Amino acid sequence: MEDNKDYQQISGWGIDADPEDEPNYPIKKYTGDDHNRSNWERPQLQVQDVEILKSNERPSLSAVFGTASPPTGLSGVIRRHAFKYSENSYGHWLPLLLADRINVVEGIIEDLSEGVIPNIFAERGWKADFKYNKGALAKKVLIRAAVLGVIVICLSKKKKRKSFFG
Amino acid sequence: MLAMNYRGPFRVRASEKPDPVILHPEDAIIKVTRSCICGSDLHLYHGLVPDTRVGMTFGHEFMGTVVDIGSDVHKLKVGDTVLVPFNIACGKCAFCKQELYGNCHESNSQATAVGGIFGYSHTAGGYDGGQAEYVRVPYADVGPTVIPEGMDPDDALLLTDVVPTGYQAAEMGGIKPGDTVVVFGAGPVGIMAAKCAWLFGAARVIVIDHLEYRLEFVRNYANCEAYNFGSLEDPVLFLKKTTDWFGADVCIDAVGGDAAGNAMQTLTGRKLLLQAGSATALHWAINSVKKGGIVSIVGVYGPTDNLIPIGNVVNKGITIRANQASVKRLLPRLIDHIMAGRLDPKAIITHRFPLEEIAEAYHMFSAKLDNCIKPVLVMSAK
Ligand SMILES: NC(=O)c1ccc[n+]([C@@H]2O[C@H](COP(=O)([O-])OP(=O)(O)OC[C@H]3O[C@@H](n4cnc5c(N)ncnc54)[C@H](O)[C@@H]3O)[C@@H](O)[C@H]2O)c1
Ligand SMILES: [Zn+2]
Ligand SMILES: [Zn+2]
Repeated sequence: MEDNKDYQQISGWGIDADPEDEPNYPIKKYTGDDHNRSNWERPQLQVQDVEILKSNERPSLSAVFGTASPPTGLSGVIRRHAFKYSENSYGHWLPLLLADRINVVEGIIEDLSEGVIPNIFAERGWKADFKYNKGALAKKVLIRAAVLGVIVICLSKKKKRKSFFG
Repeated sequence: MLAMNYRGPFRVRASEKPDPVILHPEDAIIKVTRSCICGSDLHLYHGLVPDTRVGMTFGHEFMGTVVDIGSDVHKLKVGDTVLVPFNIACGKCAFCKQELYGNCHESNSQATAVGGIFGYSHTAGGYDGGQAEYVRVPYADVGPTVIPEGMDPDDALLLTDVVPTGYQAAEMGGIKPGDTVVVFGAGPVGIMAAKCAWLFGAARVIVIDHLEYRLEFVRNYANCEAYNFGSLEDPVLFLKKTTDWFGADVCIDAVGGDAAGNAMQTLTGRKLLLQAGSATALHWAINSVKKGGIVSIVGVYGPTDNLIPIGNVVNKGITIRANQASVKRLLPRLIDHIMAGRLDPKAIITHRFPLEEIAEAYHMFSAKLDNCIKPVLVMSAK
């Protein structure tokens, strides 16, 4: 161990030290309000005009809430189902993860239906690779080309075999 | 307006969306001038957080100008330039009254374990965030804070999350003068935690990461020791040795669920999602702290389960303290430290992007390209 005390020269060293500071945050500012449970004077309640999924571990919506991306489609059906289970349950979280993945496909379908072909390369930020990480980009392109190549070869072999036996 | 638009893991773009409107009398609408990407956003970007919906706008570290206020907003006025803490907090519930602004019970309908956070999935309330030209800010009299005269806007921006989070990580460590503090992670949060550990009187600060450029940065910026776990065979053994076979007084997890360093944790936590992220850093923190020591966790994990050596927590008598940072609570003290020159947050900003280049910005920060430490989106001034 170093035993020089140079560190005491660091700007602000020890300025917030407070050996009496116990209990520390987050239990520091205990007010006793906990024993009144959920009986605080609530803020005015936001008017609900989109579907909000509510955790079943609370009696009602929070006074304000976000209204981004309400549940839709198949992912929405799964999300609604997930909210029948508490935050304590895999029944809640695993379906939500599944819904997230399905939602990605729905997003692509939505794009196409709006006449937008998602530019997946651009969305993955590969331009940055081109600038700063050419090696990795080349590797990614090569791996994808190789995978594609193998798939094409397999498919064409399958076809040949089919025609051979068929 | 133009806004970041999440399309799925590793896929984001900037696209047009309707402008936000006032939905509650305590709302304000902020025209964003600067907005960061955070290590927390990477957990969303990597698909680790359940109920992250396609079409959402991320962003919880932003500042800007008030352009509209609801009928029940009294402290803010149109034209004010404000920094906005990442926590959405009502100021009235039992938790807010205890200054637990990260644990507000009136800002998130969809989960009780976490308060509302801007742009942080539906699990944190379903709010569109500030990586956009405009954003709706609820409880505008509680969180948003007018930027003090003379403060650099970049410093103000980092007060929305990174500085308070690093500071609170050190604070929760209960550092006593003379303590040895180990910080896992040399990202923006770990760097700030290392810097702040000195303010509490640490005698030795050690940072662990595997990105050489970040270790180099933190060594200079925070006057600390910094070691690459990639070249240490066993980081826990190393830390035991270097603390006279005793263990550190305080260990801080500033990594969270995207941790590297243990193949099993990476596979089960980040690839198969059998855990709520990889718990490698937390595992190391528990095993490197002294008996009776304190582990302070600010690294973010998902809502399910993680593999950590809880038996060692019991047998060593470890105290674990953790939370989302309570930004509003810490602002007065941190503004003071910045104005007095004791903290210089803006030095960690390495990259600036226009919102149009959001995809490159995310990829660059996620893949740690071009020695990226902290990327900032700068909105066009139209
Ligand atoms: N609690 C809060 O209020 C709060 C607020 C902001 C951020 N966070 C969390 O803090 C964490 C860090 O955020 P950031 O912006 O600095 O992210 P970041 O991704 O830039 O930094 C994380 C660093 O950890 C390093 N790392 C990976 N595995 C490691 C290991 N096993 N041991 C040591 N280091 C390891 C990475 O190389 C990287 O440098 C994230 O989990 C983020 O979600 C929490
Ligand atoms: Zn953040
Ligand atoms: Zn509250």
